[in-house]
Amino acid sequence: MNAMTEAIAAPDILKEWTGKELSYASTFDHDLHHEVTQFLYREARLQDTHEYDAWESLWTDDGVYWVPANGTDTDPEREMSFIYDNRSRIALRIRQLKTGRRHSQTPPSQLARIIANVELLRSDGSEIAVACNSQIFETNQRGDTMWAARCVCKLRRVQGELKMAYKKVVLVNNNKAIYTISFLI
Amino acid sequence: METSRRTQWDDLIQPGMVHGSLYHDEMIFKDEVEKIWFKTWVYVGHESEVPNNNDFVTKSIGPMPVLMVRNRKGNIDLLLNRCPHRGNAVCVQEKGNRASFTCPYHSWTFANDGTLMNYAFPEGYNGADKSKLGLSKVPRVASYRGFVFASMATEGPTLAEHLGGAARTLDQACDNSPTGELDLCAGFLHHRARANWKFILENECDGYHPGFVHSSIFSVSDSAIGSLYGADAVAITRGFGNGHTEVDPRPEFRRRDQPMSWFGTTADKLPDYTAQMNAAYGEKRARQIMIDGMPHVMIFPNLFIAEIQIFVIQPVSATESIQHVTAIQFKDSPEINRRLRQQTMGSVGPAGFLLADDTEMYERNQRGLEIRNPEYLYLKRGEHRERRDEDGYLTGHSTDDLPSREIWKHYRSLMEPC
Repeated sequence: MNAMTEAIAAPDILKEWTGKELSYASTFDHDLHHEVTQFLYREARLQDTHEYDAWESLWTDDGVYWVPANGTDTDPEREMSFIYDNRSRIALRIRQLKTGRRHSQTPPSQLARIIANVELLRSDGSEIAVACNSQIFETNQRGDTMWAARCVCKLRRVQGELKMAYKKVVLVNNNKAIYTISFLI
Repeated sequence: METSRRTQWDDLIQPGMVHGSLYHDEMIFKDEVEKIWFKTWVYVGHESEVPNNNDFVTKSIGPMPVLMVRNRKGNIDLLLNRCPHRGNAVCVQEKGNRASFTCPYHSWTFANDGTLMNYAFPEGYNGADKSKLGLSKVPRVASYRGFVFASMATEGPTLAEHLGGAARTLDQACDNSPTGELDLCAGFLHHRARANWKFILENECDGYHPGFVHSSIFSVSDSAIGSLYGADAVAITRGFGNGHTEVDPRPEFRRRDQPMSWFGTTADKLPDYTAQMNAAYGEKRARQIMIDGMPHVMIFPNLFIAEIQIFVIQPVSATESIQHVTAIQFKDSPEINRRLRQQTMGSVGPAGFLLADDTEMYERNQRGLEIRNPEYLYLKRGEHRERRDEDGYLTGHSTDDLPSREIWKHYRSLMEPC
């Protein structure tokens, strides 16, 4: 790298939609990575197959489920998000889905998602933080839709089991006009 | 051709019946763009979205994007984002703060009131008149209580004439703010629907559907909305003329006589807001405002105020539309604003407890039109019980099709003239 290229700082626009750089774990803990990846796969499967109670049971009592809009590092306490659920609103979301009269999920979306690029993040020790990408194929009465997202989850051990305390799903097109997304993303 | 055209409208729009092709015919859509979206007053944005000089934000008029700008002098301009040279966009950011816009193609530079300031290598233009080469501006722009409307027609009714009695609902919305001002600062969700824009428009003041479309959420939450739209409800629908319609639940809230009942809460749960309201309006007037609550009004053709949310309806094609939605915020009222946002985020947008299912209905309506018979939609509910109120506006039961009939009456008056 010569002096010329070093002097040119990357413009802010490069980070406008990807947000602040995440802080990745500096060492690779193979067992933890495996355990976390298995957890993410299980979560994905429960979402794809609409096993609502089992999915809800993955959450801690103080879970936060966040799907921001218009960027990555927005402030959900000031700006609109697609989803910004505390634990009781997660429960409400599940209760609505289970009525069978959530019309946008009746019949339910047929889904298959791929979870990939699983990387552990630095964390303060009490929680396990992980980043991954998800790509979701949805088909419903409207037609076929592809969704893609960068996700960050924070997991906690509760009585020996991993639980999800935080899930952030950044749809890569979250500043655009998107179709209804009433399945669990 | 002209005589058959006359017959065409008689045929398409009949008393309480509209033809299915009105929702999917691309030729009719093209006509709507010219005769409605690029002619009548349409809502564009809110002044609070561009609070500072040189702020800009991308909005739309019908299918066309426009830049809403607070120019260097502090005035609102609506600029068309198309370089007069070769048509390139002069701005590709959604929003920001800029005193000028430079086209990236050949570096023509425009002030944020649209004036052409400079072009590269000017000697090649041999003294061309720069004043004729500025960015196009939307010819008529007018605000009411911070709501910015525009018309692409140089002449026509004034905004006040267009709003008519519906202006009361905008006043009502602003009165709920202790400062008298709304603040649309939370950003918009953009929700796409594969459906004609008029299905969305007609649903907004349709009080017949909530008990069915939204029964899933009403049955698992303590939402207060359901009770407004039952067969026994005393809420009414009203047509203001010019296609503006509302559901007016004030009779129900006045019967309850409980401040903030409209918001599903009580005044003592919002002590800061209540104190602000009392200080601003005096206790008597504040109490009345807080009993009546926010309006539920569809300002033709694209501004829907759903109590605590604002929806802007954008047509994309005959079969595709976008709902842009945000939480209403009251200027300088953080206590209630958080609840307004939280409730809005739960309800609306692509994942909302309410709007995901409304939008599902729009899309199913649209697909239904692929089935040939019956050719018409049936909008006669409550025809026999329409009444004129003391202001001469037509009113009906909250579950009646009166809003649809009022919308179609106005629609025809815009579309039929050649």
